[in-house]
Amino acid sequence: MRFELTPRTSVSPVLRALAPVAAFITAFLIAGFVIWLMGRSPVAAFEVYVTQPLSDSWALQELLVKATPLALIAIGLAYCFRANFWNIGAEGQYVMGAVLGSWLALTTHGTEAGFWVLPAMLALGMVGGAAYGLIPAFLKTRFGVSEILTSLMLVYVAQLTLDYLVRGPWRDPQGFNFPQSVTFDPAATLPPVMEASRVHYGTVFAVIAILVTAVVLGRTLFGYRLRLTGDAPRAAHFAGFSARTTTMAVFAISGGLAGLAGIGEVSGQIGQLQPSISPGYGFTAITVAFLGRLNPIGILVAALVVALTFIGGESAQIMLKLPLDLTQAFQGILLLCVLAADALVSYRVRLVTRGGGK
Amino acid sequence: MTTFEAILLTIVTASTPLLIAALGELVTERSGVLNLGVEGMMAMGAACSFAAAVTFDSTLLGVAAGILAGALMAALFALVVLGFAANQVGSGLALTILGLGLAGLIGAPFVGARRDPVPPVDIPVLSDLPVVGRLFFEQDLFVYASIALTIFVAYYLNRTRSGLMLRSIGENHGSAHGLGLPVWRVRFLAILFGGACSGLAGAYLALVYTRFWSPGMTAGRGWIALALVVFAAWRPGWALIGAYIFGAATVLQLHAQAAQFGVPSQVLSAVPYVATILALLLLSIRRGRAIGAPGSLGLPFVPDR
Repeated sequence: MRFELTPRTSVSPVLRALAPVAAFITAFLIAGFVIWLMGRSPVAAFEVYVTQPLSDSWALQELLVKATPLALIAIGLAYCFRANFWNIGAEGQYVMGAVLGSWLALTTHGTEAGFWVLPAMLALGMVGGAAYGLIPAFLKTRFGVSEILTSLMLVYVAQLTLDYLVRGPWRDPQGFNFPQSVTFDPAATLPPVMEASRVHYGTVFAVIAILVTAVVLGRTLFGYRLRLTGDAPRAAHFAGFSARTTTMAVFAISGGLAGLAGIGEVSGQIGQLQPSISPGYGFTAITVAFLGRLNPIGILVAALVVALTFIGGESAQIMLKLPLDLTQAFQGILLLCVLAADALVSYRVRLVTRGGGK
Repeated sequence: MTTFEAILLTIVTASTPLLIAALGELVTERSGVLNLGVEGMMAMGAACSFAAAVTFDSTLLGVAAGILAGALMAALFALVVLGFAANQVGSGLALTILGLGLAGLIGAPFVGARRDPVPPVDIPVLSDLPVVGRLFFEQDLFVYASIALTIFVAYYLNRTRSGLMLRSIGENHGSAHGLGLPVWRVRFLAILFGGACSGLAGAYLALVYTRFWSPGMTAGRGWIALALVVFAAWRPGWALIGAYIFGAATVLQLHAQAAQFGVPSQVLSAVPYVATILALLLLSIRRGRAIGAPGSLGLPFVPDR
């Protein structure tokens, strides 16, 4: 028994769009089966994970809050993945963006510093993330070191840096020895889009990033260059596109957007630095990017869908006593299904039993 | 026992899981498949082995459960990357995410439980030798198994017909298929072997190294094992040397933390990760672009029949 793959000559756009949907449904069925194995009702779980968050205005706002960093990071990753560069250290770039941006918030804390603080913080956040993303890019272009392992190792280094800062030099002296910084001044806080709303301006940045990326990837020479580098690196070379510049550019963009997500989350959502400022957004964003087929609009939808699993996971933990790890396991299954579905779009797969093939 | 001896003993304990996982991944990669899911398979191996060992009060069953869990995860990976020719980097990452999540689910009821130490194998007379005695002749069975595994993998890859077949499939799957070699079957078995080794490495972590289960206990060891394969230039002997260098770095930074040199503990904790990056960097400078990497590594295999 074996599989036989035949490349499809033409792929209908309907099939292309349906593949992630099919993957999502498959992942849901598998997760339902796992929940059933754990002796719980899959129907009740579905209600808590999906139906309830979508029928409650507080939860809908929470959905946007969680989708914001996911969309920002995933949009940046789309640049990398389209050009076939594997930046899997977005989590670290997110943390370093938050750290550098927060540095300004903490330095100006308690001073009369005015309106310029917030924009400067956001800019520093992007610089921090981009600079951190450029480390694996530089090691790759200059020395040929695989970006996969270096970008991932840097995640641990970034987390330890943050841990050191909030337990050491940046700890709030009046904080009863808790490992956290002071609460940011209003001048260093990203305001909500509406009065008394949980949704902050980071969401607006995410929408802008999606629109700009849609134009850049679809309508500019740079977008074409990325696709060509990813699909046919030799052709890109002959076309005169320098692989070195492309690598540096995509890592700077994805690092910068991850950094923006980080500082946005800290200044708009958490309000201070803590040892942990992300439930793994940087890794989940990889799933989001692929679920959205590396397409800006697709990523927008995917970010909302995956954010739902985060919120659903939190309420399932409280209401059904289902551990939060279930959410992570689901996200892993989802990514596997999405990648397998991608293959189904490019190839016709036939199961050949012995004697039937060859 | 002197402190020096104790440090040497802990270095062996810290290096063994890295070595076992790296050897498994080395065979998988030599067959041309890049499985980035080592961390996830290792976590599953740790969780399942600990759960089984506590439930049945048997280290042996625990180890078997760990190996089985790693192999099952690898089989899932094989289905996706061989059956559907899906992207190997993405699928490996997904396997890590899934493995860490599932391990959390399986291990949750066992948080707080402890296992007794696994008794070392005491080789009479020899283990009484000064310094080298305890170091070489009174380790647990896993340590000897890991050394035997290194020799076995080296022998298999370089001296057997089947090993030659595996290597040629990894170098050029198109030509190998053209010659009539069973690309899928060999790769499937190589992936399973890699998973079983990762599972065993996880079992060692949970049953010997820490003797308890806690979420996130693999702490990036799977990724370090992946880096070791590159560091070893896909050669088993070098994987052994590399694993012990990294094990030593891990243990020495722990001792440095305990000694409180005034260096923040986080700086020392970062040592293994920074060392990995530096090792990869130095290697690339010396050798140029990834020499030793199998030619078809990471590429999906779709024959034109």
